[in-house]
Amino acid sequence: MTGLLILIPAALFLGGLGLAAFIWSVRSGQYDDLDGAAWRILQDDDTKP
Amino acid sequence: MTLPCCTIPDEALKPFVLSGEDAVQWVSDEGPGRKRIELMVPGIAGPDAMPAIEGALGEISGVVSVRVNLTAKRVAVTWDDGRLEPQQLIDRLAALGYGARPFDPRQTGLASDARQQSELLRALAVAGFAAANVMLLSVSVWSGAEAATRDLFHWISALIALPAVVYAGRPFFRSAAGALRSGSLNMDVPISLAVILASAMSLYETVNHAEHAYFDAAVTLLFFLLAGRCLDQMMRGKARSAVAQLVSLAADGATVVDQASGKRRYVPARLLTKDMVIQVAAGDRLPADGLVIDGASDLDRALLTGESAPETVSPGDKVHAGEVNLTAPLMVAVTAAGPDTFLGELVRLMLAAEQAQSRYIRLADRLSRLYAPAVHVLAATTLVAWLALGMGWHDALMAAVAVLVVTCPCALGLAVPAVQVVASGRLFRAGIMIKDGAALEKLAAIDTVVFDKTGTLSMGAPRLVAPAAIDARSLAIAAGLAQASRHPLSRALLAAARARGVAPVPVNAISETPGAGLAGTFEGRPVRLGSRTFCAMPEAADDRGLLELACRAGNGPPMVFAFADELRPDAAATIASLRAHGLDVHLLSGDREAAVARVAADLGIKAWRARATPDAKLAYLEALRHAGHKVLMVGDGINDAPALAAGFTSMAPSTASDIGRSAAETVFMGDSLKAVATAIETAARGQAIAVQNFAAAIAYNAIAVPLAMAGVVSPLIAAIAMSTSSIIVVANALRLGGGSGRSAIHFASSPSYDAASSMEKAA
Repeated sequence: MTGLLILIPAALFLGGLGLAAFIWSVRSGQYDDLDGAAWRILQDDDTKP
Repeated sequence: MTLPCCTIPDEALKPFVLSGEDAVQWVSDEGPGRKRIELMVPGIAGPDAMPAIEGALGEISGVVSVRVNLTAKRVAVTWDDGRLEPQQLIDRLAALGYGARPFDPRQTGLASDARQQSELLRALAVAGFAAANVMLLSVSVWSGAEAATRDLFHWISALIALPAVVYAGRPFFRSAAGALRSGSLNMDVPISLAVILASAMSLYETVNHAEHAYFDAAVTLLFFLLAGRCLDQMMRGKARSAVAQLVSLAADGATVVDQASGKRRYVPARLLTKDMVIQVAAGDRLPADGLVIDGASDLDRALLTGESAPETVSPGDKVHAGEVNLTAPLMVAVTAAGPDTFLGELVRLMLAAEQAQSRYIRLADRLSRLYAPAVHVLAATTLVAWLALGMGWHDALMAAVAVLVVTCPCALGLAVPAVQVVASGRLFRAGIMIKDGAALEKLAAIDTVVFDKTGTLSMGAPRLVAPAAIDARSLAIAAGLAQASRHPLSRALLAAARARGVAPVPVNAISETPGAGLAGTFEGRPVRLGSRTFCAMPEAADDRGLLELACRAGNGPPMVFAFADELRPDAAATIASLRAHGLDVHLLSGDREAAVARVAADLGIKAWRARATPDAKLAYLEALRHAGHKVLMVGDGINDAPALAAGFTSMAPSTASDIGRSAAETVFMGDSLKAVATAIETAARGQAIAVQNFAAAIAYNAIAVPLAMAGVVSPLIAAIAMSTSSIIVVANALRLGGGSGRSAIHFASSPSYDAASSMEKAA
């Protein structure tokens, strides 16, 4: 029983973290340009986007 | 057709001019003192373009940020207000070799699509999170948690499920409320009722330390249904954004000449007004209706009339928006612009035809008209029956909720979207873009196909077909003359010479007489290329529907080149396979009798009509509809637009006129006409699988509903039944994706196809 008191909040917290990260990534438009993102990582220079 | 894929970049390269109030409409506010504009840059091809553009634009003083979207081929720029004019950005891009046009996602409806999609995606994520966690807790309860533990689990479930239901259920609640306000029922009414009642009853049970709670059912229900909605939305969004790009690429403008000062400026087509004088260079499309006041030229009006032979105009002649000026520059006094043009007239005709078309009701909606009332009646009957049997309010209500939950159209809500997403994805890979799911359903139901000729069955550009053997010297001279002209036949002659490896000889002192031909001198002798009369030849009695050019060097024997608008590859095979599928094929063209008759004979089409005006085409389609036929109209021209709108459904090649493309419900890329057969076949298979899915969903209900009414459906059984039926329909839908949709179609490497393929990768 005491184990549950720790495990359930921990599970919910971690799940919630994933959910928040996903919602943030959708909101900030990270799925808008998948082709561009694939190439940007290969660029050497540090030009700010 | 006269706007083949390859002219789009040329057109786009012409620097766009953003001036004064015109610029304002493209620019949006981005925080205090910041402005933002989106530019469409179709030329962005490789990854190298990204740092080049971002670097160059970033150097302009005042620019705050530049972001290239490689997938959509757009650049978003923000800058400090007042420190630069958006025109500078376009000019800088032009200097880099990229043609750019402003782009407003709000105008194409893409912005609201994107907003809806991201709302659905977030709701789906929340529902998924809640469903996974509540299900874990529920499994513990089912496997024997008791007393205080069970209560604790129920309370935690309630804490997760209730906010999730409020958040993720909004799309359904909104739609249900809308339907109820207008006094009707849709699928979302029983869904909302089931979710709300199940949550409320479960909360009541939890407070009273009872054994069963349906929190898991409420959230998994939302999760499955949202998955269906998301798929539906994604499919529409993808095709729409591809089509929106094609459409906005062709925004037109004109060089306006100020009569008093002689100054010239470039003005977007929609700002043209009556009595302006515009200069139309050879090769340009007319942006407005008008009268020729100076110059003589040949006009290609194929997009307007479907006629493949150009017409000659001289001062005093009427010209129309949409025609292409071929031979010489023209000065045109605008008589009508924008909606007043002949083109605007056609658009009105098209809109009227669209409205006359009774709204198509999608399969899922048709079923839900029966389904929603049935579910409510069943639930109410259960409630009344249990009360009548003296079971008390609590048990009666629980049984009624179980009926609502178990009948909820999880499978129904997924059955059609899943199939349509798989089908449209398959078609998208084959270069066929379907605007929405309804178009797919309609394609499956057609019994007649009506084709336009020029640009649809044919390539829309003439090719040299006779004589078979030409001596290289004559061809070289003819090609030397043809080099100087934009006339489609000259272009075709030049292409034929290149294809045979013949280099055009330099011809001196070339002059072009509109409507007649080209004259010049070669090695001291006069040479001529043009009509038979121009080359002093008698007219032929019968030209067999072919277009001709005569060529004569000095007083030597003339030779005649014959051209035909070649059929698309696979045209004959496609028509044959359509017929094999039991579809009637008609041919409806604005071209001359002889040309249409030849094509009809070549393809074995018995029902054909030539010289059909846009009105006549519309009337033809209406007549077919009144005779009870469901017609697929395939066409490309502006003159086809009303007919496209009047057809039960419609297709256009991606090379079609803007209006044709936006009127058509399906657009196909590439040269092959096989796309038409592929689309119909895939739609039919998809529909068959959707019907199977419905059958499976109904069979599931036939078993589950009596059990629920009898009150034996525990939350565990409800969860298993719901998930199984959903998995079955999705798995069945995936069968459609098997095999390759690509093999049959060969693509031209057109820029528009690149846009589509990268869009596909993004999705």
